[in-house]
Amino acid sequence: MLHIVNKSPLERVAFDSCLRMAKPGSTILLIEDAVYAVTKGNKVESAVKAAMKNCTVSALWPDLEARGMQDTVIDGVKQVDYNGFVDLVADSSSVMSWL
Amino acid sequence: MTESTGGIEMEEDMSGTVKKFAFINRKAPYGTIYALESLEVVLISAAFDQDVSLVFADDGVYELKKGQATKAIGMKNFSPTYRALEGYDIEKLYVDKDSMEARGLTTDDLIVDVEVLDSAAMAALLEEQDVVLSF
Repeated sequence: MLHIVNKSPLERVAFDSCLRMAKPGSTILLIEDAVYAVTKGNKVESAVKAAMKNCTVSALWPDLEARGMQDTVIDGVKQVDYNGFVDLVADSSSVMSWL
Repeated sequence: MTESTGGIEMEEDMSGTVKKFAFINRKAPYGTIYALESLEVVLISAAFDQDVSLVFADDGVYELKKGQATKAIGMKNFSPTYRALEGYDIEKLYVDKDSMEARGLTTDDLIVDVEVLDSAAMAALLEEQDVVLSF
């Protein structure tokens, strides 16, 4: 299953809830303000690293770059462009958006 | 006193009054329109010669992050505008220390010179304002 989060992890609980409810083996794609979650030194960094042990964590690089966070991404996070976004959706059995 | 002179007196009183305005920025840029709208209002306020302070707290600190490049998302990068505020005599920029640290940022990551305030200093700053506008 593909989980898509678009809200900042320090402003809303969507990201926390997603981590809590995502089954091992899921892919978590972070877009828009949610990309701050995968930046080094962020308060949720340890939660992201823990999630990466059994889920794939991806982030949309155009959103990272827009926010000036492109050079501070946690190692092991997969960066995708819009085509990669489409591929993730197409290859997933189901998609959940954590609006 | 006639109605007309009353109106004129009020206008004269207003022109000499300088109030302390604080703009509170607590949202990340691009995900919502708040950050850009705040900047627009700040620039308008510059025309009225008021005592303006800008506060960046919570995700608002992200508005000042260096290296923003928005070409790929098709939006305007408005971060250089913060550096132009000095030219409009808006020089009081304050960043909340706890918010900055919770995001792994330091003042070296920010595109403008700011004064970093702890919670107590921030409380004092907010308390002394005449008008607080939140974004």
